[in-house]
Formats: sequence, structure tokens, C-alpha cells
Amino acid sequence: MPIDIDIAHVARLARLALTDDELEGYRSQLGVILEHAARVQELDTGDLEPTSHPLNLASRFRPDVVEPSLDREEVLSQAPEVKGGYIVVPPALDSR
Amino acid sequence: MTGSDLTITEAGAKLRSRELSAVDLLDSVFERASLTEAELHCYLVIDHDGARAQAEAADSLLAEGHDLGHLHGIPIAVKDNFCTRGLPTSCGSQILAGYKPPYDATAVARLRKAGAVIVGKTNLDEFAMGSSTENSAFGPTRNPWDPSRVPGGSSGGSAAAVAVGSAMGAFGSDTGGSIRQPASLCGVVGFKPTYGLVSRFGLIAFASSLDQIGPFGRSVADALSLFEVVSGHDPKDGTSYPGPVPEVRSSLDAGVSGLRIGLVKEFGGDGYDPAVVAATNAMVGRLASSGADVVEVSLPSFEVALSAYYLIAPAECSSNLARFDGVRYGQRVKGDTVEEMMARTRAEGFGPEVTRRILLGTYALSAGYYDAFYGQAQKVRSKIISDLNAVYERVDVLVSPTSPTSAFELGAKTQDPLAMYLSDVCTIPSNLSGHPAISVPIGLDEAGLPIGFQVMAPALGEAILFRVAAAVERLAMFSSRPALAGAEV
Repeated sequence: MPIDIDIAHVARLARLALTDDELEGYRSQLGVILEHAARVQELDTGDLEPTSHPLNLASRFRPDVVEPSLDREEVLSQAPEVKGGYIVVPPALDSR
Repeated sequence: MTGSDLTITEAGAKLRSRELSAVDLLDSVFERASLTEAELHCYLVIDHDGARAQAEAADSLLAEGHDLGHLHGIPIAVKDNFCTRGLPTSCGSQILAGYKPPYDATAVARLRKAGAVIVGKTNLDEFAMGSSTENSAFGPTRNPWDPSRVPGGSSGGSAAAVAVGSAMGAFGSDTGGSIRQPASLCGVVGFKPTYGLVSRFGLIAFASSLDQIGPFGRSVADALSLFEVVSGHDPKDGTSYPGPVPEVRSSLDAGVSGLRIGLVKEFGGDGYDPAVVAATNAMVGRLASSGADVVEVSLPSFEVALSAYYLIAPAECSSNLARFDGVRYGQRVKGDTVEEMMARTRAEGFGPEVTRRILLGTYALSAGYYDAFYGQAQKVRSKIISDLNAVYERVDVLVSPTSPTSAFELGAKTQDPLAMYLSDVCTIPSNLSGHPAISVPIGLDEAGLPIGFQVMAPALGEAILFRVAAAVERLAMFSSRPALAGAEV
């Protein structure tokens, strides 16, 4: 069964500024892959619970001890734009 | 044959008898790299100065009587998705071009502490997504056995470096077979440990519930030496296994007499090279002749493992790779708003396969599709685990080919994502279940390309896994090396 995908919506959710041609290419490829992936629906899984983690480990807290943190200058040196010890980004809210 | 062609076990003996120094070993590895890198491109970065300083320090320590164990003074390569402080770490992606991590991954820190010499960072499919190393933004790695063919992937650079001798051992990450499949295609040993035995702290995440770090070696014993150093609980990884690491070494040579071995029925037939099937069956026969009780077992849920994987892995990838947004690290493409900047940065920074998987995962997690795709895939995962647990009541280990085919030509599968995904069909179940698995080379096909044999065991079953792998290694007597490994002789 062909799977219909609103690829522009998916790309927007994923924050990917793709061209129309790129979107069309991915839409048709994803259709083929999802048709194969949809075979998961054929397996009778009965009342099995979903597995999100292969070993059933409980979450654990590590001791609340102060340890040296990363070097601030070294971390900031990797950011594309920095000013006065802060990372700079374009406006997040429309001010127009 | 030079120092770089020795196994880690052999080199360790020569280091301790002062026949060779760590600097000698490193020089022979650099020499091999200088002769083969232009053709093979195993490395994205070679740390000439840093590695030399580490080798000199290793020699000094040994001279002073401080012996740090099996990896002391041994030149090791790590995949370029391991954070290495101050050394470029790009994951084979333009979006991280030039990134220098401010810390070491736990596996890297443990290697340094054990006296290993870190040669450099190996090439990979972008963010470890792929099965051929053709998805690297910085060009493919080629197979040392035949440079017109792929080395497998995603850890293709690590596998090829160990095969050709531009490293004596290496590390990779395995999410759906990314250690075992390239090991198989390059004729070396590749091991994926039980999920949680090696810390993922500082391994740049692809699919967190599947990713596991593991070694490449030219022998089963070398793979074990590499694993022993990096394994063990790490409080910095919330999914790190808190119990003791299984003790493996004492039973390595115990043989297979009396063990129950299950051959997986589903892994054969259409799409499998006849030579791969024949080599697998021949090895199974030899194991039986050595006293193992071999039976064929059927695991019908394995038929949909690949489908489940291609929902779960992209879903986790779409979430993990949200962090690459042009804000804190890596490349940025300008935009008028923060959303525009992020969307442009990501569209330009990610290659086609990564983009495809982010879109696939975003779709599979989006409103209205979650239950039918991601939720059902997680139930399939439960079914695979319960089927495996039932099978392990009857057999001690499972065996199969590692990959349906030997190394394929560059470009053969790049236009058909689904065909590429199918090359991981035998390796994916162990990632979904979190169980350990290893690939051991057992022979060459008619084209002179290596064939790998996979052994799988239950969770924390490393001792029996290695015991069988060592027996397979002895029975196969595989000692071939690619012609390029002898280039300077």
C-alpha cells in the first residue's frame, strides 16, 4: 500500500530548509522505505509491552558531588558566534 | 612484514623484550599509512605529533618498569564519532567540520590511561549512518582487498586500517552492524559487546538504545584485549551496565566440545552469495566435527527485524541530531530568524542519507503515525528479545553469516537505500536485543574477498561468545592479508 507523506510538513518539523525538488525526491524514497517498514504491522506481537531499552535497567542517580566542569573558553571557542562570554543567535521572536 | 603487521599480542611480547619500542611500532604504522592512505582514505585525521608524544611516553614508562597492560605502546585508531579533546571530530559531516571537542570520550580516556597510542580518527558514513563508508562528506574509504570495492560501514575506516596495517587495532560503533559488517568485508575480527558494557559517554549519538562501542582486531585475542580496556561501568553514561564485566580470557581456549550451537535458518537463500552460504555451512560442519552439538533454529521474528530497525534507528536519530542547529558548535548558515538559521544550517550541513533518516524518524514519531510505526516497532523488538530468550534455552550460541555478500563495488547501492539497508540484515537483531555478537574471518571467495562468520550470544554471554569465536578462528586458520599490506616489502 503506497504511503502518502506530507513531506513539507515533516521537513518543517525537522528544521530542514529543503528545495521543492529535494522534497519530492525524499517523498518518493521515504514511501518505498516506509512500505518495507510497515511490515512490522504484520507480526503478531500479542500483549507484549514495547521495548525502549534492551536491558531493563532502572534509572540511577550518581553521587551529587561537585566535579571540575568543562573549560568555559574551550567550550565557547567552538560556537559559531560569541560575544562577551555568550553565544549569539539571530532573533528568536519576530520583532517586526 | 613490519611491526604494524604484528598482532597486539605479538607486539606486546616484543615491546617487553625490548626487541621493538612503541616509537618503532608507531613509525611502522605511519609508514604503512603513508603508502596506502592516498588510495584507501582510512583516516580523516592522523595525529602525528600527539601520537609520537604518546609513544615516547609509553617507552619511558616501560623503561621505568611501569607496565600498563596489553595496550601499552600499541598504536590504535578510533572512529571519528568518538570525542577526542582538541583533535578534530567531524563524524564525517560538514555540519561538524572543524569541531574540536572540549573533552575525551570515556573510551578514549581509558585507552590513554592504558598507555595506548592514538594514531588518529577514522573515516565513517556520516554520523555512522550507512553500510559502505560512501556517505562520508569527506570522500569514501576503499577496501584494501580491492580498492574498487567498499570496506563496508559505517566503521569502514577502522576496519580497513586494521586490515592494511595503518593501525594495529581500532574502535568503532555498532548500531545495526557498523562494526561487524565492515570487519566481515575487510577480513578482520569485529566485536559488538552487550549493550551497556562500554560507556557511550563522548560517543556522538546516532540511536542511543542501539549504539554500542566495540573493537576491531587482527585476532580474536586482540579484540578481547581492546575490549577489556574500554569496558566497565561509567557513571557518566546513564545506560552503562552497573554490574561486573564478564571474565572472558580464562575460557578463551576451552573449545566447543559439548556446546550447543544454533544455525539461524532465516539467514540464507535469496540475496545471499552462494560462496558465503557455502563457507558458513563448512564452518558449521567443522564445529560439529570438533564436538559441538549443532542444530538449525528458526527465529521468524528476525524477518521483520530490519523493518523495525528502520523505524527505531531513524526515530532516535531524528531526536539526537536535533542538537546540530548551528548554535553551540559546528557550522552555521546565516538566517534572519533563529529558525531560518537552523533550518538552513541543517539543510546544508547534513548529507542525503542523514537527511533521509531524520525525515523518516520525524515522520515515524509524528502525530497520528506513532502507534502504527514507532510503537509497533518497539513491540517487534520485545518479540525478538522473547524469541531469542526462548532459543537460548536450547542453544548456547547462534551462528550465521555476518553479511549476505562479500564487499560490493563502490556506487553499487548508493541509489537504492533499501538495497544498502539489506546488507545489515544479519547483524541488526543483536542491536535490537542488546546482545553481544562478533564477526570472525573464515575465508576468501572466488574473487579473493573475505567472508565473515557471525557468532551471537545472550546478554552478558561474552565468555561463551569469545570461546566459540576463538574456536572458529583456529578452525578457519585465516591468515591472509590484503596485497596492499605488503606494499613496502
